[in-house]
Amino acid sequence: MYPENYRYTKEHEWVHVENGVGTIGITDHAQHELGDIVYVELPKIGTHVEQAKNFAVVESVKAASEIFAPVSGEVIAANDALTATPELLNSDAHGAGWIAKIKLSVPEEIDRLLSPTDYQAYLGEG
Amino acid sequence: MPLLKTPLNAVHRALGAKMVDFGGWDMPVEYQGVLDEHSAVRERAGLFDVSHMGELEVRGPQALDLVQHLTVNDASKLKPGQAQYSALLYGHGGFVDDILVHKVADEHYFLCVNASNQDKDYQHLAAHNRFDASVENAGPRYAQLAVQGPLATGVVQKLTDIHLTPIKRYHFVDGHFSGAPARIARTGYTGEDGWEIYIAPQFAERLWKEILAAGADAGILPCGLGARNTLRLESAMPLYGHEIHASITPWEAGLDWIVKLDKGDFLGREALVKQKQRGLTRKLAGFEVQGRGIARDGYEILKNGVGSGWVTSAGVIRGGPAPALNKNIGMGFLPVPLSEAGHAIEISVRGRGVEAVTVPMPFYKRAR
Repeated sequence: MYPENYRYTKEHEWVHVENGVGTIGITDHAQHELGDIVYVELPKIGTHVEQAKNFAVVESVKAASEIFAPVSGEVIAANDALTATPELLNSDAHGAGWIAKIKLSVPEEIDRLLSPTDYQAYLGEG
Repeated sequence: MPLLKTPLNAVHRALGAKMVDFGGWDMPVEYQGVLDEHSAVRERAGLFDVSHMGELEVRGPQALDLVQHLTVNDASKLKPGQAQYSALLYGHGGFVDDILVHKVADEHYFLCVNASNQDKDYQHLAAHNRFDASVENAGPRYAQLAVQGPLATGVVQKLTDIHLTPIKRYHFVDGHFSGAPARIARTGYTGEDGWEIYIAPQFAERLWKEILAAGADAGILPCGLGARNTLRLESAMPLYGHEIHASITPWEAGLDWIVKLDKGDFLGREALVKQKQRGLTRKLAGFEVQGRGIARDGYEILKNGVGSGWVTSAGVIRGGPAPALNKNIGMGFLPVPLSEAGHAIEISVRGRGVEAVTVPMPFYKRAR
């Protein structure tokens, strides 16, 4: 369920780092809690985002939720498929429902994130 | 204060419902998803636990006089077994609540009121009761199940000997529902055909399960308050605290059709007459969002960038069979000239003006 090579936040985002670029999304737990997702406000390419700061908005039928960047850096890609088919976030939160790619400016930030085991333990406590 | 629970609270949790605090009640907002539950009611059938709703019983030789004095519609027109949509107003013309008035018998009226307003409504009736009538706050004696949708009648019919087809919309019958004494009313809050069934709380769990079993072939789904909200929004039915409250009058809310000024005096009538003479400044309007963004309750409505009103309710509904795009519709208060259909407006979403257009209401009307 929660890929081994991803890292997670307590705010229910994930990041998958490859070659200094982090692909970012929300966790399966998050999409389940949000319910039917109907709109995603994607970050603009070229903007600089800070770890733990708001960088996108996901709206479900019930509410708007701010998404926090799990890592700092420059947005180099955004998943335009979510504009027409935001429900990808419900059906494949850890894959086709990725939100953006960020070129990491502080790679060691990744060490402060949760492993899949720790994240699932955190969910269990909740 | 701990959250209030309906007799079905454990049943909802066992079904995996997401629960929310709704006006002090611990209620299911969705089971498998708002969009699917909404579609089930439009296309097939849905079952709602609406036991949180309040019930007031008015009895006595002057029961009608009390009801007539405090409601805007003409309850003298009701025959036993008939119900009408109405409202309680303050003397200044604002809403205490919107209600359903059922005439049980000549000296007995049964009022279904909003959950969070039941104590306030009871106090309102008691405070103005200078008649030979008694008022009972009967909420704890009732659970209420709503079966709604084009296939609802067939599902409900499986569980009662009462012949349902001849019962017209806004009529009800007292009888038995799967062995339990019940008031079975052809009413609802979804814009679809359907039934609201009033029973004693101890029968709620058994009947809930029997309705789901009886409706399995029809594709019935348990539905939460999320779908109840989008269904009533699409049908442009007001929700207390949103389209109507103490600072809004029936004229402003577009509920002229329930106000019977010629029925005689009633609380709030004078204020309504005066407002009508002065003319309205604002009116409830429907809109559809066209730009990128989702309107939500409470967002500001702009016209050419200038604040002009506010969103009272908004929601996302399927635009049609998949893969049609979802639609974001809503209602809000606007200056009267802008409240007509066809005006370009903007909804302020996180500081950004998202294009929308005013449209006629209701957004949805079932085929008859």
